[in-house]
Amino acid sequence: MIYDPTCIACPHCDVVYRLSAARMVTRTRCLRCGYQLTLGKSEAIARVVGLALTSTILMGIVLFAPFLYLNAGPFDSSASVVDVVLGFATGIMVPLSLAVLIFIIVVPVARSLLLIYALAPLLAGHANATGAATALRWAFVLKPWAMAEIFMVGVAVALVKIGGMATVHTGTAFWAFVLLVVVNTFQDTFMCRNTLWTSLATNTT
Amino acid sequence: MDISGHQHDLITARDAGMVACTSCGLVASPDVESCPRCHARMQSRIDGSIQRVLAWLLAGLILYVPANIYPMLRTTQMFKEQDSTIVGGVITLIHHHAYAIGAIIFIASVLIPVGKFIVIAYLAVLLSRPHTKDPHRLHILHAAVEFIGRWSMIDVFVVAILVALVQFDVLASIKPGLAAACFALSVVFTMLSAQAFDPRLIWDVTDKGTPK
Repeated sequence: MIYDPTCIACPHCDVVYRLSAARMVTRTRCLRCGYQLTLGKSEAIARVVGLALTSTILMGIVLFAPFLYLNAGPFDSSASVVDVVLGFATGIMVPLSLAVLIFIIVVPVARSLLLIYALAPLLAGHANATGAATALRWAFVLKPWAMAEIFMVGVAVALVKIGGMATVHTGTAFWAFVLLVVVNTFQDTFMCRNTLWTSLATNTT
Repeated sequence: MDISGHQHDLITARDAGMVACTSCGLVASPDVESCPRCHARMQSRIDGSIQRVLAWLLAGLILYVPANIYPMLRTTQMFKEQDSTIVGGVITLIHHHAYAIGAIIFIASVLIPVGKFIVIAYLAVLLSRPHTKDPHRLHILHAAVEFIGRWSMIDVFVVAILVALVQFDVLASIKPGLAAACFALSVVFTMLSAQAFDPRLIWDVTDKGTPK
């Protein structure tokens, strides 16, 4: 079994390229289909790990702080993100509750933890952790299933819908969640597959 | 192949007698089962890709029917119960002059899912026989469907938030309806359908010399 880490193929159209060292640090698109082969970000690993840590801490705040307060005449209510998740938790709707829990909390946290597990040893100058490659692969696989940003759009829509019948105030967790979405989006701009996989495979310490 | 090479120099991994990893991009000899770098399963073209696409698509399509027939929300206000479906909810919003929000829900819950069903079915049927369509255009269609599909979940999250927040005993309360579960599953199935699609199939046609 022989292979050459500078020889990669476009995952969308199968065209093979040999990437020179200079190409590894600039943005490169596939000549045939336009897929971004490299994002050309220096220090991608340090930034991905740093932002993954930030987003894990923010998720901690989101879970344990109030999310929204609602006031309608004599009635007050408040909801944390956990309340939102448990909103469906009766009878046959329980699976839907679990799905919401997975999409907005479990998958985003799992992605951050997998990235830290796979890439932090590289930063610290240690050998790769056991199963680092599997962890990194799953961090990419889970990407479309992390729906924190879609949840925030849902929150905006719900606020307008409720607006007519009650007064709504935002809590700490609301702003932590907004920040989390920004951090995750920023992190995705550094998730260069080529850089991360090459670094992981060439870690010989 | 250096990246500076001209377009007519392009060679695919399959033509070079190799297999490419869709997870990390590594090119390896075709005798390996899993990628030596990221351990993903290596296949030159995903086995039965089109069949899987159609199976998930059918499942999503079937669930989209009850998602539109059953109520998404059951609002109890002053002892009066009112059910609203996806389209019913959009109409109510328009009556309340909330045009922007109505448009967001309509796009996310009706236009995107229906558009996705049509585009995926079109691609699957087209690619299972010889065709002369421009692969660049098909590739953009597939990329768009894969990117935009997850945004259909908006309405499910709106229901979750409303159910959690609006609990004022007799004054007003909101309960989720069966359609919320059907719709969420429909979105998940169509996302799986788009992911089962092997985009390399789009480009194989040009490799065989079929005119663009």
